[in-house]
Amino acid sequence: MTDTGIGARVLRKEDKRFITGKGQYTDDINLPHQTYAYFVRSPHAHATIKSINTAKAKKMPGVVDVFTSKEVEEDKIGGLICGWLIHSKDGSPMKAGPHPILASGKVRFVGDQVAVVIAETRAQARAAAEAVSVSYGVLPHNVDAAQAMKTKAQVHDVAADNRVYNWSIGDQAATDAAFKTAVHVTKMDLINNRLIPNAMETRAAIGSYDTGSDHYTLYTTSQNPHVARLVISAFHGLAPEHKLRVIAPDVGGGFGSKIFIYGEEVTCVWASKRIGGRPVKWTADRSEAFLSDAHGRDHVSHAELAMDAAGKIIGLKVHTIASMGAYLSTFSSCVPTYLYATLLSGQYNIPNIYAEVDAVYTNTAPVDAYRGAGRPEATYLLERIVETAARELKMDPVEFRRKNFITSFPHQTPVIFCYDAGDYGAALDKALELSDYKNFASRKAASARNGKLRGVGFSAYIEACGIAPSAAVGSLGAGVGLWESAEVRVNAVGTVEVLTGSHSHGQGHETTFAQLVSEKLGVDINNVAIVHGDTDKVQMGMGTYGSRSGAVGMTAISKALDKIEAKAKRVAAAVMEASVDDVDFKDGTFTVKGTDKKMAFGEVALASYVGHKFNSSEIEIGLKETSFHDPSNFVFPAGVHICEVEVDADTGLTKIASYTAVDDFGTIINPMIVEGQVQGGVAQGIGQALIEGAHYDRESGQLSTGSYMDYNMPRAANMPHIENFKLGFTVTKCPSNPLGMKGCGEAGAIAAPPAVINAITDAIGVRDIAMPATPLTVWQAMQPMKRAAE
Amino acid sequence: MENFNYHRPATVNAAAALLKKSKDGSYMAGGHTLLPTMKQGLAKPTDIIDLSAIKGFSGIAVSKSAVVIKAGTTHMEVATSAAVKKAIPALWEMAGKIGGVHVRNRGTIGGSIANSDPAADYPSACVGLGATIITDKRKIAADAFFTGMFQTALKAGEIITAVSFPIPKKSSHMKFPNPASRYALTGVFVSQDSAGKVRVAVTGAGPKVFRIADMEAALSKDFAASALNGIQVKAKGLNSDMHATAEYRAHLIGVLARRAVAAAK
Ligand SMILES: Cc1cc2nc3c(=O)[nH]c(=O)nc-3n(C[C@H](O)[C@H](O)[C@H](O)COP(=O)(O)OP(=O)(O)OC[C@H]3O[C@@H](n4cnc5c(N)ncnc54)[C@H](O)[C@@H]3O)c2cc1C
Repeated sequence: MTDTGIGARVLRKEDKRFITGKGQYTDDINLPHQTYAYFVRSPHAHATIKSINTAKAKKMPGVVDVFTSKEVEEDKIGGLICGWLIHSKDGSPMKAGPHPILASGKVRFVGDQVAVVIAETRAQARAAAEAVSVSYGVLPHNVDAAQAMKTKAQVHDVAADNRVYNWSIGDQAATDAAFKTAVHVTKMDLINNRLIPNAMETRAAIGSYDTGSDHYTLYTTSQNPHVARLVISAFHGLAPEHKLRVIAPDVGGGFGSKIFIYGEEVTCVWASKRIGGRPVKWTADRSEAFLSDAHGRDHVSHAELAMDAAGKIIGLKVHTIASMGAYLSTFSSCVPTYLYATLLSGQYNIPNIYAEVDAVYTNTAPVDAYRGAGRPEATYLLERIVETAARELKMDPVEFRRKNFITSFPHQTPVIFCYDAGDYGAALDKALELSDYKNFASRKAASARNGKLRGVGFSAYIEACGIAPSAAVGSLGAGVGLWESAEVRVNAVGTVEVLTGSHSHGQGHETTFAQLVSEKLGVDINNVAIVHGDTDKVQMGMGTYGSRSGAVGMTAISKALDKIEAKAKRVAAAVMEASVDDVDFKDGTFTVKGTDKKMAFGEVALASYVGHKFNSSEIEIGLKETSFHDPSNFVFPAGVHICEVEVDADTGLTKIASYTAVDDFGTIINPMIVEGQVQGGVAQGIGQALIEGAHYDRESGQLSTGSYMDYNMPRAANMPHIENFKLGFTVTKCPSNPLGMKGCGEAGAIAAPPAVINAITDAIGVRDIAMPATPLTVWQAMQPMKRAAE
Repeated sequence: MENFNYHRPATVNAAAALLKKSKDGSYMAGGHTLLPTMKQGLAKPTDIIDLSAIKGFSGIAVSKSAVVIKAGTTHMEVATSAAVKKAIPALWEMAGKIGGVHVRNRGTIGGSIANSDPAADYPSACVGLGATIITDKRKIAADAFFTGMFQTALKAGEIITAVSFPIPKKSSHMKFPNPASRYALTGVFVSQDSAGKVRVAVTGAGPKVFRIADMEAALSKDFAASALNGIQVKAKGLNSDMHATAEYRAHLIGVLARRAVAAAK
């Protein structure tokens, strides 16, 4: 163990370049002879494209060319795909409508891209885009998930009732039977509000075609450049993989929205060839980001929870309508199914669960994975109904949860997952202690003296991360395997390069991955470089999302490091003239049992490359190993979060008085980075609960929250004071990976919304309140009670 | 943003002459309202006449009876002025609640009131204190200055040079920020002058800043929060949007007015 190994609170290696403005983001990159793209976007929610006139735009200053679906079709450029095939419960495959990179025949949401202008400058491209005249035939539209199956506005020809699939999980008959024996049933209608990811860096791309080598390069803001290359070569028919290099340089946040393959980046690659090889650059402005990034959540659900006389949960029934937006984005179909309904058992022993999901098209931006992806929706639904059930049963919500916790592992839920390890009671106890729950009543009284209503809310969440065993996801419809790769290259001087298929866009991999190397090889983290994000440098990999880079990505590195150690031992044994079995490796030094012979790691590295001291026909020269790790199970981080709010009864303004998060992430590599992930996730969760919400106007179909004037991002003032933001950890090691790691990236965003809403409903004494619980919403919710009191 | 001609005159007269000569020119002070609208293509001036180099265009002078703030004075200068804090603490506090630090460092009092944004803060201070707006041509009472949503009594080319705020006996400002934009979802400015006359000015709730006569009458008799009990603000005519209904805004006016009176100093 070094002081930069596992568990060390080392500062992030990447931060120097980020905070001194030396990061290299896609928009910082400029290629010689570069042109600029600007997209013409639909002002209508739903319309036929009658004609597009580009003649005037083509004559504008600086314009290189203007393209529409006509040129896309000429060049036979394929449409965007959805990579996870879901089957409806009647066995029919999901109804995926066409998703061309430039709209063909019809536009389906405000912001849908209709044409692209390529010009010498961005300003010229933008000015010419205004001169492209499109004649639309406006059609009826629908932006509302709940109305999608009833509306006249049919988004795609393939889906007559706008239904992409009607999917189910669990045993309906057994669940119905359990409900018949119930002593109490709690029923709720719950909405999970639509969110816009708002990564700090907007999406951007540079496509570049080399006419000499017939080779393409794409710089893009991607969380998984290899997947982008695979999709672009396999489905868009642009370039075979060996002729396409995808580089995702520094990426400023993704939260899921940069997993997906978007029409703009494909267009840049294609257009570069079409205009004769000059690079084509596009950078979304913030308004475009609001309109065209994949959004998150947007569920409308009905849930019923059945209890027996002892207060034990005996069944859960759920029906969810999930808006997919106007097109199926890359992984959208798996979000409200296998990432959602499989988590409906939560931390509870629920013997019978049946869930049905209708995924529907609406005239809105596509919806796909956003921090937590499906799991926040499941946790919100379950933790809201569990809290409400406890209140209806007049049971303490803490004791009701404890009574129903899963306590023995492995635990097979009725909805696919087999939880491998956990101790939910321990997390609950620790959270109660950290939050000083026993003195809540006195804090409530103190708040009351200041005219404030104080409430407390709980959230006991579980998530499935470490996505995912390839065969398992393949059997559920995934188009790809979800393993991860690593190559470890030890240089002759003993420094180390790790090429990883994971991609860091804020997570701090350059630090945590180096810590793993430091731990295992005994080298300082400053002697380790992490290489990622370039398909020409790094072997095929699957990227970063679903809190997988620790459990899956680092396990691949760990396995490659084990191979390095084994090989280095053979070299050390040969050099020290000992048997391999007698060589030990500890703290960066190889020793021979029973002797004082030793070699430092760096000496063995040098010996491996010099090759003078061993027989190179027996031991190959060099010290470089690769591992492709496919996990054997998902990992199951879990925890208990407790939120206390103070509501100003006069204005409805809610303040987070305190927030306690106790999480079980298994082994923690860098506590400082993990705490930051929890804090950031909780901030997003508080954002969803209190202030954030994407809103489309029903009448016009326009995105009313299209800028920060109306879309409300969480600010420091929305957070609890740092002294009242308490973090704690419990540890049960994950048995399915050698490091015992789970995953921490999404926990906060998953756990926080129900904790906050449970606290608000407790404070003001209502059964339910819609997210975001803005001052207006809270004030309105309180009016009936005020009237009753008067 | 479209191309434009940029001018930086040194006198008010030169600025006025440049505007007159331009095809479709616009003055610019802090640019924090003008530039965003230009970026969105909502304004496309042919000429920008930057007022920031005009000599003597910014500064604060406090006399026995008035605080005079020149048009080019930034919100930050007001929010950090010890003299303003002493003379009219509510004005000082209000300036510190505008936007964030960057906005306060650029935005000016002249730009703010010339713009007459229905959700801006300064209009409530102007009307709530009974200020006088001074231009290169004349003096205009605040009550007559704000004529509608983004509308003022300014004539074409007229330049605001200063605002004179009479020093009240007591005053107070309460702002309930829009959760997203942080402009005033509703803001109330209350003052009581040495003769006991009270002004209650509301911003953010209607198409423009307005006063509430019932509240002023009640408070002129008894300057206490309890004097406002029973006065219901009517929702009719107030703004309604996704952040706040007219009813909620009407309710907030009452809450904020009571709080303002209670906190007045
Ligand atoms: C992110 C953000 C948040 C903000 N939050 C708030 C807030 O909370 N509360 C609030 O009140 N405001 C807020 N503002 C607005 C801010 O106060 C602006 O700076 C102000 O409204 C305009 O002042 P300016 O000096 O920037 O004017 P400019 O943008 O330069 O000009 C605005 C208009 O006034 C005209 N003009 C400027 N000076 C004069 C003059 N002396 N005579 C005649 N016409 C003139 C210009 O021609 C232009 O039409 C915010 C702005 C931003 C960008």
